[in-house]
Amino acid sequence: MKLFKSKRQAGLIASPYMAWAFIFIVVPLCMVIYYGFTDSAGRFTFDNVATIMKPGYFKALVRSIELALISTLVCFILSYPLGMILAGMKLKKNAYIVTLFILPMWMNFLLRTLTWMTLLEGKGVINTVLEFFHLPTISIINTPSAIVLGMVYNFLPFMILPIYNALNRIDENVINAARDLGANTLQTFLRIILPLSLPGILSGITMVFIPALTTFAISTMLGGSKILLIGNIIEQEFTQLYDWHLGSGLSIVLMIFILINMIVEAIYDSEGGMRR
Amino acid sequence: MNKLKKRLLSVLLLFGLMAGTVCGCGSESSKSPNGKLYVYNWGEYIDEDVIQEFEEETGIDVIYDMFETNEIMFAKLAQDTSAYDVVCPSDYMIQKLIQNDMLRELNFDNIPNSKNIGEQYFVQSRDFDPENKYSVPYCWGTVGILYNKTMVNDTVDSWDILWDSKYNGSILMQDSVRDAMMVALLKNGYSLNTTDPGEIRVATDDLITQKPLVQAYVVDQVRDKMIGGEAALGVIYSGEAIYTARENPDLVYVVPKEGTNVWIDSWVITKGSKNAENAEKWIDFMCRGDIALKNFEYITYSTPNDVAKENIEDEDIKNSKVAFPDLSSFPTESYKYLGEAGDRLYNDAWMEVKSADY
Repeated sequence: MKLFKSKRQAGLIASPYMAWAFIFIVVPLCMVIYYGFTDSAGRFTFDNVATIMKPGYFKALVRSIELALISTLVCFILSYPLGMILAGMKLKKNAYIVTLFILPMWMNFLLRTLTWMTLLEGKGVINTVLEFFHLPTISIINTPSAIVLGMVYNFLPFMILPIYNALNRIDENVINAARDLGANTLQTFLRIILPLSLPGILSGITMVFIPALTTFAISTMLGGSKILLIGNIIEQEFTQLYDWHLGSGLSIVLMIFILINMIVEAIYDSEGGMRR
Repeated sequence: MNKLKKRLLSVLLLFGLMAGTVCGCGSESSKSPNGKLYVYNWGEYIDEDVIQEFEEETGIDVIYDMFETNEIMFAKLAQDTSAYDVVCPSDYMIQKLIQNDMLRELNFDNIPNSKNIGEQYFVQSRDFDPENKYSVPYCWGTVGILYNKTMVNDTVDSWDILWDSKYNGSILMQDSVRDAMMVALLKNGYSLNTTDPGEIRVATDDLITQKPLVQAYVVDQVRDKMIGGEAALGVIYSGEAIYTARENPDLVYVVPKEGTNVWIDSWVITKGSKNAENAEKWIDFMCRGDIALKNFEYITYSTPNDVAKENIEDEDIKNSKVAFPDLSSFPTESYKYLGEAGDRLYNDAWMEVKSADY
């Protein structure tokens, strides 16, 4: 079935979206690139981008990548079994599942993170309960663990949903065929289910890794502003130090990492597509 | 490639959504027979009823926004000075705004109530506003240490205590460049306006040494965390002292013997203001004795308004050494704008501290 009569009609209907994308995506992107490669006098320079190699900045970048990788891994470990369980339940109405995971997102992201602050504080809710039962208290607020916790909590749905979708789409007959041909549970999983769910895993990884890499709100709130991530530095350049050039230069560095991530994913995706 | 493009788009869209949740910009639209007024003030720095009273009396529609540090305020105004009409920055930042030609001269004929402000505060203001042309004092105070006497047994009389490993994890520092650097500079006996790279180096190293002991770098949250007993010691503005002691009687405010920063926050009107007349009405309203008193009772920051101070009912507060300290009892200095090179020195030092190991 063809939705639109002609290419021209399709183009016409898409034009508001294209305009939107141009004004709010292409133009800002060009501005970031312009600011990133110029100094305050408007001359071309690599200094802003090269600042990333200075010790403090580089450390923040490495730290951000580390925490983002850990969060992505934790999200994956939590999501995959859950995705399998949910797909195995064969629920008639997928919508319920989706709603279940979208539900917390109806609440403001900052509020949810703020709640974790209250929960984790030295005299917070969790410790009060632990103390009541004479259990040892936890002190992870203002540490990298708290930041990872915040990232996992906030970005988990972005991992679960694509994995669940991918698993749900696997044809039952393929699995049965593998079984008939003598594959045991582990073999079926490794050679059938896992490869077929790879696209879901990959988009899940991107959807978690990128926001985790660029966040500054979570690290400010749960890290007590002690743990500086690259997102915090960029935010400070814009809001506190009023140095758009340096802020843009550092954003470009971050964009390179995001692009690498997407290219890797695109390559895997097209390979998977060819095999199928 | 097409797929890549699509993915790029979806990721960017995701960013858009996230940005949307982060910036929950709100504005009120209502009747405004006498125009609008865009006010930009510190967080928790006014009795909100006062805003409503102003709206009712003048028929001006007030759009009220808040900032957390002077630097954030500057970055916003530097983009567009007409974004706000009336702003309440601190001394050194007013100096910077004047030097960058971002402020508008006040017409004191339209601000008759400014006579309620004590003469000495206008004299003090000449440090940053030499001819008293641009600013009208709103609040003033010192910076000191707030401590919880159930958690601290030592005498707190020096900034050094913030480096005592006994209080590991129980120290709150200010998350703003000048206030954090000030603590380390004064501890070493330097001027808090120094631009000597060697002195800044020593202060920076001190802050890096201190970092593992620090629970968090915060601004407005020092107050709530100290009240909740989350920390033993915190660097805080004097104005919070009365409020915090009222909420938690264990909290005591001290100005260390090495001295402190004496600051003034004043109302100024921006160069690009489109509602300058309304802005002057606002400043005049803020200078009214009854309004200044109302604000003082709510925010508990020392008021430079003599009429308001006269009318404080609580004798303890009226004579409080915390709210109205005798400035000759400890060394004091005010922040000055250090120029672009100076700003760079401080910002680099602060970035180094913030990215150091925790």
